[in-house]
Formats: sequence, C-alpha cells, structure tokens
Amino acid sequence: MTDTSSAPIAVQPRKSIVQTLELDTRLLGMIGAFVVLCIGFDLLTGGRFLTPRNVFNLTIQTVSVAIMATGMVFVIVTRNIDLSVGSLLATCSATMAMMQTWILPDLLGLGLNHPVTAPIAIFSGLVIGGLIGAFQGYLIGYLAIPAFIVTLGGLLVWRNVAWYMTSGQTIGPLDKNFMVFGGTNGTLGAFWSWVFGAIAVLAALYSIWNARRNKLAHGFPVKPLWAEAVMGAIVSGAILGFVASLNAYQIPVRRLKRLFEARGETMPEGYSEAYGLPVSVLVLILVAIGMTIIAKRTRFGRYIFATGGNPDAAELSGINTRMLTVKVFALMGALAALSAVVASARLGNHSNDIGTLDELRVIAAAVIGGTALSGGFGTIRGAILGALIMQSLQSGMAMVGVDAPLQNIVVGAVLVLAVWIDILYRKKTGERL
Amino acid sequence: MTAQAQQVPLVEMRDISVAFGGVRAVDGVTVDLFPGEVVGLLGHNGAGKTTLIKVLSGAYQADEGEIFINGEKVNISNPRDARAYNIETIYQTLALADNLDAASNLFLGREIVTSVGLVDDGAMEAEARKIMARLNPNFEKFSAPVSALSGGQRQSVAIARAVYFNARILIMDEPTAALGPHETQMVSELIQQLKSEGIGIFLISHDIHEVMDLCDRASVMKNGKLVGTVDVAEVTDDDLLGMIILGKHPQDKAKS
Repeated sequence: MTDTSSAPIAVQPRKSIVQTLELDTRLLGMIGAFVVLCIGFDLLTGGRFLTPRNVFNLTIQTVSVAIMATGMVFVIVTRNIDLSVGSLLATCSATMAMMQTWILPDLLGLGLNHPVTAPIAIFSGLVIGGLIGAFQGYLIGYLAIPAFIVTLGGLLVWRNVAWYMTSGQTIGPLDKNFMVFGGTNGTLGAFWSWVFGAIAVLAALYSIWNARRNKLAHGFPVKPLWAEAVMGAIVSGAILGFVASLNAYQIPVRRLKRLFEARGETMPEGYSEAYGLPVSVLVLILVAIGMTIIAKRTRFGRYIFATGGNPDAAELSGINTRMLTVKVFALMGALAALSAVVASARLGNHSNDIGTLDELRVIAAAVIGGTALSGGFGTIRGAILGALIMQSLQSGMAMVGVDAPLQNIVVGAVLVLAVWIDILYRKKTGERL
Repeated sequence: MTAQAQQVPLVEMRDISVAFGGVRAVDGVTVDLFPGEVVGLLGHNGAGKTTLIKVLSGAYQADEGEIFINGEKVNISNPRDARAYNIETIYQTLALADNLDAASNLFLGREIVTSVGLVDDGAMEAEARKIMARLNPNFEKFSAPVSALSGGQRQSVAIARAVYFNARILIMDEPTAALGPHETQMVSELIQQLKSEGIGIFLISHDIHEVMDLCDRASVMKNGKLVGTVDVAEVTDDDLLGMIILGKHPQDKAKS
C-alpha cells in the first residue's frame, strides 16, 4: 500500500497546489461542506441566512457547544467518552447562579452587581466543574470503571444535583458583569473588534514566519515563499472578513435608545453603533488557541495522543496514564463550567433544563470534526468547525421552516454520514492527519 | 569471561517470582549480566522470559526477589524508574504509538522542550534524523505516523529509542522476529557494536542459532523456572534444545 511512495524518486514530482501549500485536506473538505451548507441555506431563505445579523447569532449560539467540544476531543482521543457534560453544565450553572443571587449578596453582603461578584461566581463554577471532572476521571483512571458507565451515571447525578440545589426553580436575574459573557449583552464594539482583528492577523503572520524560521534553522524543507504568502493572505482575509461581518451588524435603534436612557442621556439623531465581536466568541477563540497549544506543543497534549494511539506503549514510556485520565476529565469539567457561564449569561438566568442534550451535540461536533472514537485522532479546529456545522444546520433548517422532528432526523443522518465519509477518507489516505 | 568472578555484575535479578492470579509465571529465577556481555534468554512461549524482563523494565512488579544494579539493591516500580537506571527496552510489540511520527515516538516520555516548556518538534526531528542516519540510512519518512512505516522501519524506530538515551542495560525482546535477512544482519551488527561499547544486553529469542552466534551466555527458562545458565562456548545446539524442551541441564546429562 505504501510501497509506491518509498520508491526512489529521481525527478521532483509535480506537486499539486494543495500539496505545495501544505493544506490540511480534511479541514479543507469540512470548510467546503460548510460553505456549501451556508450558500444552500442562503438561497433557500432568499438571502436571509448570510446576513450580518444571522452570522452574529450563529456564532453566539455555537460558542457553548464549541467550548465543550474542544475538551471532548481530548476525552475521545484518549479512548473515553463523556456523557455527563450537559448535566455538569447545569450543576455549574446552578452553582454560579446561587453564588451571585444568594450566597454572595445575602451571606457575604456583596451586592448583585458588586465588581467582585462575577469573578468569584465564575471562579467557583470553574473549581466545581474541574473537581467533578477530576472525580469522574479518578473513577475511570484509577478504579477502571468504563468512562461510558461513569459518565452515564454522571448524566443522571449532576442533572439532578442541579435540580436539588435550586429546587427546580429558575434563578435570576444574574449579575450585570456576569451577563457580559452572554453574547448581545457583551460585545467589543466596532473599534476594539478591529483592534482584535489586527492583533489576530499579526499573531497569525508571526506564527507562519516563526514556523518557517524554525524549519530553516534545522535545515528542513520549507514551502516556497509565495506559498507562505498565499497562506498568510488567506488567513488574514478570513480573520478580517469575520470581523467585518460582525461589525456590519448594527445595534437596533430601540435598544440604543434604551442604553442612552439608562445613562440618563438622549441619543443624538442618526447615531448608530455596531455590536462587533461578542465577548463569548472572544472566549471561544482564546479557548481554541489554548487547547490547540496544549494539543500540539505541550507534553500533556503529546501524552494524550500517545495514550490514544497505544495505551500500552504510553505506559511503557513512563507516562502515568491514570493521572492523565484524571487531568483530561478535569479539563473537560472546567470547560463545561466555562460553557455554563456563556449559556446562563445568554439566557440571563439559570433554568432547570439548561444544557439538556448538550452532551450529544458536543460529541457529535467532535466526531463531525474528525475525532475518531477509536482514539488517537482529532483536532481542536475540526471540533469547533463541527459545532459550527451542526448549529448552521439546525438554525438554517429552522429559518427555512423545516418541521422540528425533521430537523433532528436530518441532524442525526448528517452525523452518521459525516463519520462514514471520514472513514472513507482515512482509508484512502492511510490514516494521515 | 574468566574475569567475571571478581567483577560486580551490571544487573543481578535474584530469586524473582511473579504470579498472575495463582499462576506463577516466574518462579524463583536468578539471572545476571555483566558489562559488555550479551545474555540470551531462551524458552518456549509462556516460559516466563518476557515476564521476567518486564520486571527489570518496570512494566511488572516482582512479588518476591531483589534486583541489584552494580551491586546496589534497587527498587524499580515503574518504567520511569528503569529509565533512570539507564535500562532501555525494545519490546516485542515495539510499543510505538502508531498515530505519532518517528521523532515523537523516539522521545515519548522524554521530550525535548524549549525554554518555556513547550515541546520542540524541530529539535526532536533533527536528533531523530541524526540517529536514524546511523541505524537505518534509508529511513526517510519523518513526518508520517509510524503506522505508515514498514515492519523493519518500525523496528528501527524502536531500536533508535533504546539506543539514543545512552543505555547501559539493554533488553531486546525478539528484536529480529519481524525482520527480513538484511535487517536481521543489521541488528546483529548493532548488537556487536553496543557490546563493544560496554553495554550489557539481555536478548530474548526463540532462535537457538541467533543465541549461539550473538550471546556469551544463555539462561534457559521452562514453565517459569530457570533450567540453568550456560556459557554458549561450552555447549552445543543440542544441549540448548535439551534444556528448552526437556528442561534438562547439560551437567545433569554429564553426571548420569
């Protein structure tokens, strides 16, 4: 199967443009599918799908699932599964809501909108999420109970712990500063969004240049300069295009008027303001960068993939795979808590059914994004794109007016189809990633 | 090997026993190894050879018995401990993570990191290229996962991993089982070279001729017990076969 490539190559073979640019063909395929999806829905809805308003909403709706999907990649890569993330999100959300509305104001005498209320609430949520995750990881890693069983139990336990804690009540309103993470309630505005875009472009260009310099330092082959330039241009264009489309969405005039009135001012005639980049999306971007660095550039990440590829080999190489399992599930728990911040801030309260069925959306996003359930393979960017594809499908169908049951039938079918295509792709490329 | 009487052994495993749920896989076995020596471990499948050396490499814990390195009693409770004593192992299964590339496998558990603690893939690949140029000059697939490599190439990655970190004690579990004649020859040459550098090698093998060619001494196991250890120069193929199949020590034969 691999013999053809090991034959001595006398003449430099003509490379295709994809090879020269060293593009990830799997990612390219997913982006292609996503673009087709978007254009298809745009045509079906008569141009309502690809409006700044819908792009803005789509990104906000994707954030919660996408944050958890990045953690699910690590869980699945180590040959585990976490069915409890939706319930864990509910427990963390309940904890944080009670922290803001009851424990901090009533017991400690801090007001609801006190500057330290939101940070303390978020910190407590992250700690609870991390601890519950670590506990589940301990049961899986050290007591050798299958992850499926531990987290299936967790699915029931944590959902109902949240119910018990809150007596099933909706808790709100939440802290003003906490709500910043909820999408429309917290955006950077046009100017800071452009600043962010500029920084992102510079960072992307620097990393491309740095990678090239590293390769040259070790005398490894590098892409031709024009290929690097094209890549840089594509990446920069994508970042700035994204920022531009978010900045194109204007805050409705009625909402602006209310904001001015709240400050005791009157809105000047003809005044307009753009939402810009939502804080929650900024959080997702930071999570994505952080998780990608963990996956590719840290020992922890290297051990996660080694353990997924061959647990025995990892063990024999001196890797403590049990502790690794605890850490992976603790990280998953903390990310579920972060998603709880975004989800409850978006709702403006904690509701009893928050995060219901999220575990399935998260697993589906990771799997559509190319994470192999047999372990060892998966990317962070793939999982986020998977979450975006899922959300686009769902909201696109809702906009077209597809009946609710049909929506879920399509999503389920797409999940199975995506995995089948992935299997075919792997067969063809011989597990190349 | 006349000097051995005075020399302190590099490794001595004394009265090692390992039991798996009532089955004594290794039962009171004592073996030793001197610097620059190759000791063959022979026996049928299930004789306990691999279990015995996995105690030395830290993969298993002995239920009874002691391990001495350079005459000092040591406690090896996991593979990290073994590596700290410069014990390197080439497992029969190769123990490679198929989804990672050659350099990542070579440095697995001992990654080269940058000043800020991130793994330095460039430096690791450069080092991997250096050692592979010595061991297997035809090796080129540095960016492919090792699942895309041939059996011989995979074997050379596993060997490179053991050799790179300055092993003093090398355990090779059937290193030539999956190899063609040319690659087997390369492994033989490598063993001779490492031996001349003063490294002690435990060579587990099924192949009596390989043991006769490469080893100084041979320890034969049967049903978890040590049949005996002999100087290879003083026995014949048939003596070794007798030990493996019948569990009969050549000296017993001489006596009777």
